[in-house]
Amino acid sequence: MMETVIENSPAAESVLDGALETEMTLSMGPQHPSTHGVLRLDLRLDGELVLKAVPDIGYLHTGMEKLFEYKKYQQGIVITDRMDYLNPLGNNLAYVMAAEKLLDLEIPERAQVIRVLFCELQRIASHMVWLGTHGLDLGAMSPFFYCFRQREKILNLIEAASGGRMTPSYFRIGGLMMDLPAGFTERCKQFLDGFPEAMETFDTLLTGNTIWHSRTKGIGIISSEDAISWGLTGPCLRGSGVDLDLRRDNPYSGYETYDFEVPVEHDCDVWARYMVRIRECYESAKIVRQTLERLKPGPIKANAPKIVLPDRDDMRKHMDSLIHHFLIVAEGFNVPEGEVYHAIEASKGELGVYMKSNGGPKPERVHFRGPSFVNLSALPEMVKGEMVADVVAVIGSLDIVLGEIDR
Amino acid sequence: MADKLEFFVEELKKKNASWVREVRTGHGEMTVVVGRDDVIDVCTFLRDEHTFDMLADLCGGDLGPEEEPRFAVNYHLFSTVHHNRLRVKVLLSEDDPKVASVTSIWKTANWHERETYDFFGIIFDGHPDLRRILLPSDFDGFALRKDYPLRGYEPYSLN
Repeated sequence: MMETVIENSPAAESVLDGALETEMTLSMGPQHPSTHGVLRLDLRLDGELVLKAVPDIGYLHTGMEKLFEYKKYQQGIVITDRMDYLNPLGNNLAYVMAAEKLLDLEIPERAQVIRVLFCELQRIASHMVWLGTHGLDLGAMSPFFYCFRQREKILNLIEAASGGRMTPSYFRIGGLMMDLPAGFTERCKQFLDGFPEAMETFDTLLTGNTIWHSRTKGIGIISSEDAISWGLTGPCLRGSGVDLDLRRDNPYSGYETYDFEVPVEHDCDVWARYMVRIRECYESAKIVRQTLERLKPGPIKANAPKIVLPDRDDMRKHMDSLIHHFLIVAEGFNVPEGEVYHAIEASKGELGVYMKSNGGPKPERVHFRGPSFVNLSALPEMVKGEMVADVVAVIGSLDIVLGEIDR
Repeated sequence: MADKLEFFVEELKKKNASWVREVRTGHGEMTVVVGRDDVIDVCTFLRDEHTFDMLADLCGGDLGPEEEPRFAVNYHLFSTVHHNRLRVKVLLSEDDPKVASVTSIWKTANWHERETYDFFGIIFDGHPDLRRILLPSDFDGFALRKDYPLRGYEPYSLN
């Protein structure tokens, strides 16, 4: 898995002149499990010490941004599922909200609440995968199983609503795919009731664990100024002491009406980023509880018959619904000319969508600003002067998903 | 929000009227089109005087082979202090798609500029390490240009 690259390395030359005998280049990845996908790092080492790290990405590149230009607006939603595959509903939301901004659509209250509900559930699920794999990387195996059990419960909830576990495509331009199934609220409450207890398990297994402390404290430090300059967002930025959360500071989907705290840690290291995410899980659960209380019966789609697909029942009774359905599916809908940038707080940070329309049914340009992409670019800065084993800890603390980085 | 954004544009005009070529508004967002030689000055001014301390995103765009200027580079500025967003846009011609790199202002521009170069062939002058980032180094052409076909020219093989 890890292999030493001898040719072309400065080490090979320096051995000859007898200086810097210990310096060598190590290629870490792309199949190494701790790189969370297919990330390759070119490490220049002096013994165990990292002198320089150069990330090599693009192994998962599938040309999604090109593909968007050839698909109608509503067809693009399914592509977004496959970017950050641990947070597909967040991607859905960013994409549909950008399109809705161009269309000036007003989304009904119930749809907004359900969107918040699922985004927060998804955030917990994403953090569970992060926690499990981060622990696994550093040698703690049992949290992985507990985390995936919690995530499984959330995926079941998502499946109940949308039919898909990892690729829900539940949010549509103008609202939702369909309403919640019967008994959803009870199932969701059941999950929430057991969740705090599960989180306490992790506190016993990791937060109070001395080995965990020594592996994470003081590792991968990045100051607040550097974090901002490197464009870090989400838990990585809040772990560096910058109090910024787009849910509160650039509110969307009615987040400003919910009561939640934004956890901030000032240690700037792996431990701080760990603590931010752990505390965020509790806050997300708090938001989900509030959404359940707010769920009132009502429409889940915007009143825009030329954009939003009609209900199946309507199509059987009304001629115009049938025509609209045919036109939307066959030709798509025209989106007024313009360009927007819409950013949401995804589980990993600021997920921004730049969308430009030329007035037709297909976008002229869609660009995704993935939080993983930007957060990873700061990795060389964080691991400089650390040990090789700490590189694994830092990658884990960044919580990257290569599907989103490579797009 | 829009008033606040207008304030920044007014400040820009006050500082140097020749910077602002065009102002576009819509959907609660503000776009300032600046000349390509002024990018560094405009960005430095906005960062230092108006705390646009974060470059949220930088992306390229192709308006089509028949358009002149053909390319656009969008800088999405964000402030961690007052939480406003401002889009700075530079238009570039096909013959000379070159603009100064802003890596000296925001470190995060490094990978964004590499990505824009990778897909559009826009050259960022002064970038410390301008090479392809997502596509292989021997890839032929610039994939997100409008005249590049969806499936490429020929099946690509790794050798």
